[in-house]
Amino acid sequence: MLLTATLFAPLVGALLVALVPASREQTARLVALAASLATLVLAVVLAARFRTGEAGFQLGMTAQWVPAFGVSYRVGVDGVSLPLVLLATVLSPLAIAGSWRMTDRPRTYLALLLVLETAMLGVFVSLDLFLFYVFWEAVLVPAYFLIGSFGGRRRVYAAVKFFVYTLLGGLLMLVGIIALFWIHQRATGTSTFDYQALLDFDKAPTTQRWLFAAFFAAFAIKTPLWPFHTWLPDAYTEAPTTTTVLLAGVMSKLGVYGFLRFALPLFPDGAHWAQPLLLTLAVVGILYCALVATVQRDFKTLVAYSSVSHLGFIVLGIFAFNVQGLQGGVFYMVAHGLVIGGLFFVTGMLEERRGTRRIEEFGGLQQAVPRMAAVMLVLTLGSVALPGLVGFVGEFLTLLGAFLENRLAAVLATGGVILGAVYLLWAYQRMWQGRLEREENRAMGDLTGREWAILAPLVAAIIVLGLFPRPVLDRVEPSARRVVEQTQASSP
Amino acid sequence: MHPLAQANTQPLPVPQVDWRAIAPELALLVAGVVLLLVVAFRPGAGRGLLAGLTLAGLVVAGALTAWNWDLERVAFEGAVSLDGITRYARVVLLATGVLATLMVAQGDSREGEPDDSPPEVYPLLLFALLGMVLLAAASDLLVVFIALEILSLSLYVLAGETRRLAAQEAAMKYFLLGAFSSAFLLYGIALCYGATGTTNLLGIARASTDPTGDGTLLLAGVGLLAVGFCFKVSAVPFHMWTPDVYQGTPTPVAAFMAAATKVAAFSVFLRVFSGALGGLVVSWRPVIAAVAVVTMLVGAALAVVQTDLKRMLAYSSISHAGYLLIGVAAAATVPAGISASLFYLLVYAFMVMGAFMVVQYVSRLGPADDDAIRERSSLDDYRGLARRHPWAAGLLAVFMLSLTGIPPLSGFWAKYYVFLAGIQAGLTWLVVVAVISSVISAFFYLRVLVVAYLQEPVGAEPEAAPGRTPALGLALGLAGLLTVAIGLAPEALIAAARSAERILG
Repeated sequence: MLLTATLFAPLVGALLVALVPASREQTARLVALAASLATLVLAVVLAARFRTGEAGFQLGMTAQWVPAFGVSYRVGVDGVSLPLVLLATVLSPLAIAGSWRMTDRPRTYLALLLVLETAMLGVFVSLDLFLFYVFWEAVLVPAYFLIGSFGGRRRVYAAVKFFVYTLLGGLLMLVGIIALFWIHQRATGTSTFDYQALLDFDKAPTTQRWLFAAFFAAFAIKTPLWPFHTWLPDAYTEAPTTTTVLLAGVMSKLGVYGFLRFALPLFPDGAHWAQPLLLTLAVVGILYCALVATVQRDFKTLVAYSSVSHLGFIVLGIFAFNVQGLQGGVFYMVAHGLVIGGLFFVTGMLEERRGTRRIEEFGGLQQAVPRMAAVMLVLTLGSVALPGLVGFVGEFLTLLGAFLENRLAAVLATGGVILGAVYLLWAYQRMWQGRLEREENRAMGDLTGREWAILAPLVAAIIVLGLFPRPVLDRVEPSARRVVEQTQASSP
Repeated sequence: MHPLAQANTQPLPVPQVDWRAIAPELALLVAGVVLLLVVAFRPGAGRGLLAGLTLAGLVVAGALTAWNWDLERVAFEGAVSLDGITRYARVVLLATGVLATLMVAQGDSREGEPDDSPPEVYPLLLFALLGMVLLAAASDLLVVFIALEILSLSLYVLAGETRRLAAQEAAMKYFLLGAFSSAFLLYGIALCYGATGTTNLLGIARASTDPTGDGTLLLAGVGLLAVGFCFKVSAVPFHMWTPDVYQGTPTPVAAFMAAATKVAAFSVFLRVFSGALGGLVVSWRPVIAAVAVVTMLVGAALAVVQTDLKRMLAYSSISHAGYLLIGVAAAATVPAGISASLFYLLVYAFMVMGAFMVVQYVSRLGPADDDAIRERSSLDDYRGLARRHPWAAGLLAVFMLSLTGIPPLSGFWAKYYVFLAGIQAGLTWLVVVAVISSVISAFFYLRVLVVAYLQEPVGAEPEAAPGRTPALGLALGLAGLLTVAIGLAPEALIAAARSAERILG
């Protein structure tokens, strides 16, 4: 019940926001913020009730939805999904606070952000494959309107590309889900989309390969894996900044979560069969997108490419098929969400002040806005995985896991770490250090109280989780171990 | 002995008249005749009265359908069969009739302009429905032909109900191509009769599995029947008439044709092919599957380049016919094919009518210039709709997303069910083609939303108010509510479709 309340609280909030009269914009903002904070409180209570050390699903709820099709409402969290639920519920109020100054139809915008939050939470907690698919596709609609209706100059192109690309992957997965359902029904005589039931029965290796391929289509596009990433720079760059925070911070985790939760345990043989391909794509993506990021002139696009590169590490960790890699992958998801959220927030704040995101327009900002520069330094170093900050723990564990499985992949991926340091630190150097030459940069104001309120929790989390990752890792470990066992189970 | 000679020796059976079995059809007939008389003798009768009488006729027919709910029998010596398909199709058809009546009652003309559509529209609507309901129940090829002619003749006239040139042209096109397809169908019926000695579907089913029968002749007949049906459901390559007719006819009629004709034609398609010709499935399935592939892909691909919403909806209806053909192809071997198709028809009828209702609403907006001939259905007329008419734009979004198949709207469940049936029948490759077509179709459904939501209105001049639209508002509300509600709670209607899986006769 608690989980269901957490899941649908943002949706209720969205309805309330929509009911506020159009003239009362401030009320709409307060309602939206209250709804997302209430969701956060519920999620924190959920985390407090979570029993550490158990591998299985907890705090769940089951209800009939469409029994004729064997579809049920079945939700629950385990150590893998709980951190992601918290990530989503933390970033959403921050994104709403970040949109405070927005004057173009704020009511619609905030309502869509809240709908997006519910849809994304639904993906993380669904334990019925059909329900999962419903939430998976439901993410598209608010995201489409957020990008297309409120974004930058090429917003329509970016929104349609994002929608159609993701829909293609999703529908292929739907074919896979139906086929799995049908195979299960023929084998056992019961028609159900229950995750556990579909997990527990034997699937022929050849079938598993086909089904893995169908799920791969959806997850590889959503993650995105190179070479399916081309929608992402457009979508991230054109979306309004607070939407990008949610897209990069939370939505980009849906794909890797899908691999972890569904593609691996459901089709272990298929996953082992595809492992070389996945590792290759991940490594190529890490290196290629790092190189592309290096030459970007728009800082937002640079961060977008850095996101694709970093997600490669998560995929690498997951497809290492060992506890270190999986645990690291989940931790990296959280770390990446916090860091990239912060980076996009600062990008948005710069854009608000200067009306541009081009790196060459800035320079020497440290002297003009020292506090913002300090925050940015923490975020940048968190992103390049400096030991002591959150990014390091995730990157280290995923690389360790990958090393144990495939040395070559790990060694090559480490090159991506170095390139990451190159493009991020170089950008920092060009934008924040050096001589303060432009007059309009000199006139910029430093962080306001509202901006502090947004960035401080992120910076605190980046430092605290970097120094004390145990609370998260302890909760993830049993579930990660279980996924590893499920993935090894039927392979020769 | 040759089957024909055998047939000649039997005395012609005199059918027992089973009034109860065709009670809903009779109600529609009576209501239609009454309306015709009212129109003839009271030329000044208002729209309200005519629409009210039509609705009353539909309600009575609905009540009689409910009265007949548990009746499962073959009547008139096997010419009419009452089974699940009949029942389901009757309900859906009468519901589309109600929505169409509301749309017709609203009219196409703007406030203050003279009423464009003649009062005969109402009786014609009822006669068309009579043909459709009868078609869904027909289990003899001759009844199929008669019912098809009743509905087609009414629709030919309805298509040209206004004096607009485009409507006249559409009616003529529809008539010529429709007559052509009727000829194909009739020839097919003749060949089937020649091969099996009967026009009764039950008899054909028996004869088709008889190894001594004339297989080649029967297959030729089946092929011609398929051509005739494919014309009616507008499957590629027999789809050419659809875009011109949908674009040219008045919007309420186009909506009615898009929804109701499809329901009736697919009901008979299912009954004849998966029922009577189920034994020949190996022969016809590859053909139907191939037609489904080209129908889905051509419909979706051509819809992408349209700039007129009505025309786009016509191409989209072609690609939806392709999805439905998956259900037909699956139905002969898996019962889910029948229930999936029926459920799809129900859902599709409401969402496509809803889309046309928004077209009708938008036609009433805009600067009141002299150019009354041009219907405002070009995509440009939808620019910035969300800012000026948020409710109409919201409903448009619901219908477009549902047609795309985005959960949790009703169109998603329909698509899912058809995919499921296809995979169960071993037609996974066909389902993958359907997925590709769905992705293509997302382009043009989204384009409507791009125009309505993401573009600014053209020009600053104030648009003419839509005027009071109580009937259209009610119809829009019903269609929107059904599309959302079926999406959230599809269970009951799926169960109803499941109970309709068995074909009698």
